[in-house]
Amino acid sequence: MSLSPTMLPTLKAREVKVAPEIPISKTLPFWEGLKQGKVMTTKCRKCGKIYFPPVADCGECLSSDMEWLELSGEAEIEAFTHIVVRPLTFMNERPYTVAIGRLKEGIRVVAWLTDFKKSEVKVGVKAKLKAFVTPDGNIMYVFTRPD
Amino acid sequence: MIFEVVKCVKKVAIIGAGCSKFGERNDVTVAELAFEAFKPAVEDAGITPKDIEFVAVGTAGAGAWYEENLPAVIVSEYCGLSGAGLMRCEAACASGSAAFASAYWAVASGQVDVALAIGVEKMRQIDTLTMVEFIGRAGCYLWEFHNFGLTFPGYYAMHATAHMAKYGTTEEDLALVAVKNHKYASMNPIAHLRNRVTVEEALSSPVIAWPLKLYDCCPITDGAAAVILASEEAVKKFKVEDPIWVAGLGSACGTANLSKRKDYVGLESTVIAAQQAYKMASITPNIVDVACVHDCFTIAEIMAYEDLGFCKKGEGPKLIREGQTEVGGKIPVNVDGGLKAKGHPIGATGIAMLYELTKQLRGEAVERSRQVPLKNYIALAHNVGGTGHYCYVTILKR
Repeated sequence: MSLSPTMLPTLKAREVKVAPEIPISKTLPFWEGLKQGKVMTTKCRKCGKIYFPPVADCGECLSSDMEWLELSGEAEIEAFTHIVVRPLTFMNERPYTVAIGRLKEGIRVVAWLTDFKKSEVKVGVKAKLKAFVTPDGNIMYVFTRPD
Repeated sequence: MIFEVVKCVKKVAIIGAGCSKFGERNDVTVAELAFEAFKPAVEDAGITPKDIEFVAVGTAGAGAWYEENLPAVIVSEYCGLSGAGLMRCEAACASGSAAFASAYWAVASGQVDVALAIGVEKMRQIDTLTMVEFIGRAGCYLWEFHNFGLTFPGYYAMHATAHMAKYGTTEEDLALVAVKNHKYASMNPIAHLRNRVTVEEALSSPVIAWPLKLYDCCPITDGAAAVILASEEAVKKFKVEDPIWVAGLGSACGTANLSKRKDYVGLESTVIAAQQAYKMASITPNIVDVACVHDCFTIAEIMAYEDLGFCKKGEGPKLIREGQTEVGGKIPVNVDGGLKAKGHPIGATGIAMLYELTKQLRGEAVERSRQVPLKNYIALAHNVGGTGHYCYVTILKR
């Protein structure tokens, strides 16, 4: 028996650690592209719809005939937030800014916005989507200042 | 709509409603908490558990933030409902409304005469940052959380920055929603947060996900709510004096990825669900006497005013500034304290709204000072799952 934060008697349930393996076979060119500094996505060969995130199947025309293309990365920020209270697995990160940017290609991307001073972050600001591998080996893409 | 289905369905009434005390409820298990809502609902209806033919349980966190993986059957056994038809419904923070819709359809179709919709959530059995993690994952995990740690306040904060940029909405406008809803929660004995707050306190509270601060966010709450639904025949059989009729029901979903939305100044799923509900009830928004809207964050209430048609797009801030959503205003909203202060046990919320509106339509609001004046005897519940990932709008009529 232990005590809950409200000091009432409780039993501790058995602990389970869960980290599912997420299949990326069908979006592999995206993850591989990031390592080469490219942000890739898919376009439906049948109806022409461009997707982000990349998909193997077209929800518009139900075709599975997709082609890969590299995104320009040129974006305009449409919404953002500075996240202070972070989830458990992000506790070691400094507070971060998450933004939604609309790309030249007409699709939108959710990613961190970095390299900007807080006072400079506004709806309508121009940003560039950049892909890289972090020092600890994570493949990542973020919005940064345009070149 | 291809077929005019709504004209074929049977009339359905809410004949009983119950709600537990909301708050940090480490004194009860999920089943014990559900019972606190179930028993008063059954007594209110004047029926027994054996009269209930179908049960829909709304709950979202089973096996994640509380220990039971199959809570529907845990709850039904505890409430003496074994033998009834049973399902668990999940629609994120609209799981309660999903359960209500399922129970409604069971009665409206003629399949059963009496059904129970019960929502329950136990959210305080794990630590807060793990909860922030679980709820943050409840969008599109791979593309929004895995690399970017987007939190739920973060999702709505992005809508706030977009709304502020487009319509000049201010942090003070957001604070006004918190001030109003805390005021009504202080007048509601079942509410989780019963303290009043000032605009200054709200504005100076710690930033959670800018521009949202602590007082812009609903608390993490345990709670349960239940309603009994009945056919016209059952209303007569049980001699129900004051049935509250379900006049309209609408539901719609948005995209999982926020990046696939058209804009961030409203929730399209709300607009679609509301249109369906208004059409089915044959009403317009201006004749609604009282509404419970999904104010998990203050910006959500302002967007709901607009998306539900209580004002034009962009005029939500004006409505709160003018006090039009207070008791006695043009359209009283969340006069039970809302998710913001009454609390948001996510599987229970949608049904807790219907509990409140049933009481309001009967003229039985507790405390009396927050009873709205009834002119058309029409009430509206708006329950969102995720950030417009799901939406249910329900219109009740006495």
